[in-house]
Formats: sequence, structure tokens, C-alpha cells
Amino acid sequence: MITSLLSVLIFIALALAVIGAVRRARLWRQGQANPVDIIGGLLKMPRRYLVDLHHVVARDKAMSNTHVATAGGFVASAVLIVLVHLFELDSRILAWALLLTTATMFTGAIFVYRRRIDPPSRLSKGPWMRLPKSLLVFAASFFVLTLPAAGILPEGAGGWLLAVVLTAGIVWGMGEMFFGMTWGGPMKHAFAGALHLAFHRRAERFEDGVGRSTGLKAIDLTAAKLGVEKPADFKWNQLLGFDACVQCGRCEAACPAFAAGQPLNPKKLIQDMVVGLAGGTDVNYAGSPYPGKPIGEHGGNAHSPIVKGLVDAETLWSCTTCRACVEECPMMIEHVDAIVDMRRFLTLEKGATPNKGPEVLENLIATDNPGGFEPGSRMHWAADLSIPVLADVKQTEVLFWVGDGGFDMRNQRTLRSFVKLLKAAKVQFAVLAHEERDSGDVARRLGDEATFQQLAKRNIKTLSQYGFKRIVTCDPHSFHVLKNEYGELGGHYEVLHHTTYLNELVQSGALQVSKHQGGSVTYHDPCYLGRYNGEYEAPRELLRSLGIEVKEMERSGFRSRCCGGGGGAPITDIPGKQRIPDMRMDDARATGAEIVAVGCPQCTAMLEGVVEPRPEIKDIAELLVAALVEVDEPAGQKSTGQKAAVQTAEPVKMAAASKAAAAKTGEPA
Amino acid sequence: MQPEMQSSELNVSVLLSVGAHPKTARSRRADQDAKALELALSLPKARVAAIHAGDAGDEALRQYLGMGLPALQVLPQPKEADVVPVLVDYLRQHPATLVLTGGKAEQGESSGMLPYLLAQELGWPVVPRVAAVESVGNGKAAVLQALPRGQRRALTVSLPCVLCIDEAAPAPRQSAFALGQRGKIEVLSAAVTTDSERADWTVQPARKRPKRLKVVKAKTAADRFKAATAKASGDGGQVIVPKTVEEGAEAILKMLKEEGVLR
Repeated sequence: MITSLLSVLIFIALALAVIGAVRRARLWRQGQANPVDIIGGLLKMPRRYLVDLHHVVARDKAMSNTHVATAGGFVASAVLIVLVHLFELDSRILAWALLLTTATMFTGAIFVYRRRIDPPSRLSKGPWMRLPKSLLVFAASFFVLTLPAAGILPEGAGGWLLAVVLTAGIVWGMGEMFFGMTWGGPMKHAFAGALHLAFHRRAERFEDGVGRSTGLKAIDLTAAKLGVEKPADFKWNQLLGFDACVQCGRCEAACPAFAAGQPLNPKKLIQDMVVGLAGGTDVNYAGSPYPGKPIGEHGGNAHSPIVKGLVDAETLWSCTTCRACVEECPMMIEHVDAIVDMRRFLTLEKGATPNKGPEVLENLIATDNPGGFEPGSRMHWAADLSIPVLADVKQTEVLFWVGDGGFDMRNQRTLRSFVKLLKAAKVQFAVLAHEERDSGDVARRLGDEATFQQLAKRNIKTLSQYGFKRIVTCDPHSFHVLKNEYGELGGHYEVLHHTTYLNELVQSGALQVSKHQGGSVTYHDPCYLGRYNGEYEAPRELLRSLGIEVKEMERSGFRSRCCGGGGGAPITDIPGKQRIPDMRMDDARATGAEIVAVGCPQCTAMLEGVVEPRPEIKDIAELLVAALVEVDEPAGQKSTGQKAAVQTAEPVKMAAASKAAAAKTGEPA
Repeated sequence: MQPEMQSSELNVSVLLSVGAHPKTARSRRADQDAKALELALSLPKARVAAIHAGDAGDEALRQYLGMGLPALQVLPQPKEADVVPVLVDYLRQHPATLVLTGGKAEQGESSGMLPYLLAQELGWPVVPRVAAVESVGNGKAAVLQALPRGQRRALTVSLPCVLCIDEAAPAPRQSAFALGQRGKIEVLSAAVTTDSERADWTVQPARKRPKRLKVVKAKTAADRFKAATAKASGDGGQVIVPKTVEEGAEAILKMLKEEGVLR
């Protein structure tokens, strides 16, 4: 009796699941076309799941084991259930196998259940609180049901009562696990997540464990609409990606804007996009809200504008593009892409960049730098350094990309230190001087793709006139843009961050350094060097070569917390409860270090903006200069007290010029 | 021409020039003209026509379109042309209640004379240094004129009139790239009057004017604040209410000689 009913129930559940899947797929297809390799993607999916995704999940060992048992048990059980109970294959082995898989799933589900007893705030509640019970019921019901087939219990054991209980359990279990999977229940993450892995918009991310794809994608500036206004303006596989969200809230826990009380929560943002693609309001959302914004007031559908419907503009402008959410996301969702897509619409179509945004963009258009400084003053910081200019020498080994830090008095100290190191290592280098323009980083992240492309194309044109082997820069933002975002526009270069390059020089012996003399040191990873480009080791190796044992902060390496300076966030300046750099400085203070070593002009500015008392902020180049051993210089002439960068190469021009430069750069002469 | 009384719709013509950035001389939307356009776009029930007399191909015009103008009319004029006659013709054919301009152009002659010459030709009143238009109706416009140190003077002017918008007017809205690209530049046919006077001039780059050194004597923040905000005491000056034009001119001439400007 129950066996025939069972086959019918399984059949109905699977049929409903298929109908739901088709309906869901049609929701995703509301998005814009984006060709993917369907077969190839599906074939690669298991590997992406087992290797790349698991790699992220495994950062939380307990959760990873829980998920392996539960999900692995479920997938195997589902296959075996179809064989044993739908096709009724009479095989003891299969039945025993099913017993084993359901038991595994049950064990995993117990741990899921335990995690839900007192769940951390980052986890969504609501239907997610029901899921562990559904898992337990599903596993238990099928375990008991399979006992007769395995020959442990006689057919019909337990009588009517058990049959009724089991039927109820199966309906509940399959309702959650099969029907719920494609009709919007918590299990949707498995279905959408698997397809999202197969059709990911950044397939390069999955290449052999070292894959990295962090450059923003260019848009066609002649299109009928620029940027994303409505959910349906996203690419279809972006919508699919949003739908894969499992609401684990790891992004929320990593987001600096959320921690600072700014109105952004990456998890909620993704859920709002899901609301947008399916239509409705956020009233059923059961996680942390955007700080300061109550739940239930926003809604929309795939064809209505996102801003002022689903989310407020401040939410989008709070993001520092630090990629901490993307790094943490076990479902490989691309939050930053989505945010920049929506910003593009606001800037390019609405002219609605907040606060200082319009001013900065106008400056970039008119003067090629965000501060609106005279382009001719770009090299004033180096007036006394006699740095070769590419326009004169045409060819060089290393092109030193100065970046807009050249206009900033604080950063000029870093730049001068770096030049001193290059000279000490006898590197052949040159600068573009007034031919250099802003890399376009800020413009692009403020959504102004037009200005970015214009700056990029002009920079590429300039660079194409000269010969150089590699570009080295002290600015991780320029580094990232030159390395990863100019390619799409035709500029392919070997680009190094100054810490990587200096590390090469130190390791090869071209630069000789003594022991660090100052206090203890912690190191702050810049987002655009670390998470964007995977360079965590070179700065640390450099510090080690100075004899420094880095006192690591709790959030360091790929989990480093943003300084608050990326993505144009200091320009759009969305208010929160506290400032991101203050939080970061608290991290640094907790290590007890006296110096925070940095490698980015933005981080330097943001962290130095924290009120004293606080650790000193020093660029790694500055720390190196302080410990530099100048081999060629006779010991007697060594200028110890004087910091105005006296060069061994040109001692003649110094006297007059250095005073002028020192006055400009604010260094003691 | 009859100004509209209690008009349901207000015809506003904004005259736009191509500006030059003070640091790089790159062409851009001129600051004061953009403020004039902003003022026009924020007037209730205004029908805004934007006119540029000059080169229709200048990309900087798109920055005005990016402020939300669907179209911009261009009267094609070469650099050496006198644009007053063609603008007068245009304004006679396309009657407007308000004509808004910037105070002076950011390149070219930059004399600031254009609004006055236009008003003279049209026989309209002209108000310089306008910071805001408070109301328009009953044949009159109430405007606020910008005076130094943030002071304002309320004026009533009969319509139609020419208003020169001052730097003190509200900042122009952000120019959106996509709107700028999609906006239409409509090229009209226009006669060209060569500026015969200008033909004889020799033009050379401007010399940087010598600046009087400002010695900050203030010791405290309060002193600095006072120095920045207090009215100039203006010692040695005198208020002259001239009876005739000649008498006034005489007084100005005398002062210029005393100051050593004229020798």
C-alpha cells in the first residue's frame, strides 16, 4: 500500500520540481543575454563545486563537514530514492546504500540543527530555521521506509500508524527538498547554486585553483541604456547568481560598511535583487536589515527601477568595493559587479553621484586628476630628484607609475622613498611626468565608465609610444586597473606593485637593508593588492627581511578589513555610526604594534586620518629607506640626520633645488 | 511683444557659451552659463530653449545636454563673428519672457558686454549678477542680486528682460554622460556678421596680474574669521552722487589718475 503511494508521491514531487525549475529559469531569463558554454559549464560544475566552492566553505571546518555530510548524503539519497522507491529496483545493495546515505544525511542534519539552536546574527532566520527539521524528517522517513527493502524489517511492519507518520514525513521532507528547491524554499540554493557555478559570469575564477578575475567589465557606451536600472537589466547569469544566495551572512560579517553602520548589507542587497527578479516586497526577509532601514518598506519587480523601489541610493554608494563579501561568499556571488552596474546607471543616466562625486568627476574630465590640480604640477614632488622622463629617454627598464599620490604631500614622502630605493638599487627607470593621467580607478568605481574609458584610452595611447619592460607603482588601485582593466581596452602590461618589485630587489641582493630600528610593526593589507590581486606575501617577506616579525591583526591577509578608502567611498561619504578607518585602527591597536605598515596611498590617508594617539603609519618603502644600506657612499659622507633625500648620483644640483622641493613636499630641509 | 500675464507657461531662453577650464583651458560647460541653465531648468512651468552661437561641433555642448536638455539650438558662427546681431534676430523671431546668460564668457573677448548689447538692441531691461529668480508673473520678475560677502538685494524687473547669472547662483546639476550623448544638437541657419572692430586688434596671451600680497596679521581663529567676513572699511573713499554723467566720469577719471592706473 505505502510503496505504491510512495512512488506516486515521489513522482509528483519530482514533476513539481521540474515545473518549478522551468519557472525559475524563466525568471532568470528576464535578464540580458550573456552567452555561456552550456555543456562545458555543466561538465565543469562538479569540479567547481568540489574544489573552488568547497575551498571557501572549508574556511569554517565544522560547517564544511556538516555540509559535506548533509549535502552529500542528500544528493546520494535522492538518486537512490529514485532507483529504490520510484523504479523499485529490487536490490539489497542499493537499499543498504540508501540506508547509509540517509544516515549520513541525518548525522549532518543534527549538526545543522545544533547550529540553529542559538544562531549567530549573520544567519537568516525565517524559513531557514525550519530547514534542519525538514532535513531530519526527510532523512529519517526514508531511512525507516527503506528498512523493509534492506530486509531488516518485514514489509508492512509498524502497521497503519507508522504508515501515516511516514507518509506525513515524506510529504514534508520531499516538499522541502524537491518542491521547495525550485519554488523558492531554502533549498533553492542547491539548485540555483549548482547552475550558477556552471554558468558563472567570471568563469576565469575557477581556473585550477589560482584563477582570479577581479577587473570590472567594460560596457558599450553607445548602448540604449547605460548601467542597470531594473533587475531585468542585469545579465541573466547575474540574476541566477543572486538566486544562489544561501543567506549565510558571511558577507555581512565581513562588510566594513555594515560594521560601520552605513546602510549596506551585502546579503540584504542580494536578497533585494532576488525580490526584484521574482517580484514582491522584502517583508519576508528574515536577516539583518540595512543599518537604519526597517524591513518591509521596499519592493519592486524585474521591470521597475531598483533605486527608490528595492533599495535606496545610499546603500549602493556605501560600498568601498573592498571585495570582502565576494571573497567570503561560498556561492561565488559577485556583489561588487552588481553594485557598480547600478552605480553606472545613477551616474551616467541620472547624473546622481552623491556629495563630492560630481566635482571629482568633473576634475577628472578637465584636469586628469581627481583633485583638480594643474596637470603640470604632477612632478613637483620630484623637482630635485632628476628622474628621467620617458618623453626624453623613450626607453626604460622600469616605468614608475606615480599615480595621483604625486599631488598629495603625505604620499610624496612615500614616492621619494621609493625613488631613493630605485636609485640605490641602480635600477634604470623613468616616469611619464605630465603625460601621466589618473588611471580611471575612481571614475570607474563611481560608475562613470565614460570618463574611465577616456582616461584609459589616452593612457594606453601614451604608453604605446614608449619602450619599457614593466610598470611599477606604489598605488594598488593604479596597479589593479593597469594590470586587470586596461586589457579589455587594448593595454597589456606587466605591472608590479612596489612591494613586489622591492622584494625582488631585496631578495636578489640589489638592495641591501639592515635591521629595522623602530618599534613593533603590524601590516595592513590593501584590498586592491590582496583580495584583488592575491599579493599577500611580498610585503610580508620584505618586512621579514628587515628583521620585523609582523604582529598580524585579527583580520589580515584575504580577510583584511578595508581602510574605508576604496570605491570612491570617501567621496560619496555616506554617513554611518562610526568611521571605517577608526574600526581598522582599533584592529591595529589590538596587536599592540607601534607602527602600521601600509602599501597604498588611500590606506595611508585613511588611517592617518584617525585621531591620535594611534600607531604611526608608514609605507613599506619608508621603512625600507630607513634601513637602507648605501653601499657606494663613503662612510664619512653618509648623511644621517638629513632626510631630504640626498642622492648619491647627483650631489651637485641639490643645494638650491632641494630647498624648493622640501618646501613643497613639507619635508624638513 | 507682449509679456505673458500670469502665464501658464514661461518661455525662457538660455544663452550658452563654451567655457575653458581655468587650469587646463580644456573646453567645458561654462560655469556661469551652466548656473543660468540650472536656474532655468528649476523654474516652475518654464519652457526652456537653449541657444549657442558658435561651433556646433564642440563636444563641450554635450555637457549642457547632459543636464537634462532634450535639445540645444546652435546658430553656427565662426570665431571672428559678432554674435550680437544673430542672437537679436533669433530672440525677435522666438519671443522669450526671460533671457538668461552668464556674466561673462570664459574665453574669447570675455568682456561681459553681450547681455547689455542684447538688451539695448531689444530695448529690454538687464539685471547683472542675479543669484536667484524668486517669482515671475504679472509682467514682473522678482530677482535677487548677489552683492559681495553673501549679501543679496531684492529687485523687481519688468518683463521681458535679460538676466545675467552670477557665480553666487546655485551650483549646476551634474551632467549625465548618457543624456549628453543622446540630446540633440539642432543646427539652425544664421547670418554671419563679422566683427569689424575686432579685425584690427592684436591678440596676445594675458599677463598674470600682479597680486597685492596678503599679509595675514590675525593671530587667532576669531581674528581670521573677522578678517574674512567683515566689511572692507574703505578708508579714503567717498560717496559721490553725480548730477550729470560727465560729473561722474570726471570723478572716476580723477580717481584712476590718483591710483596711477592712468598716467
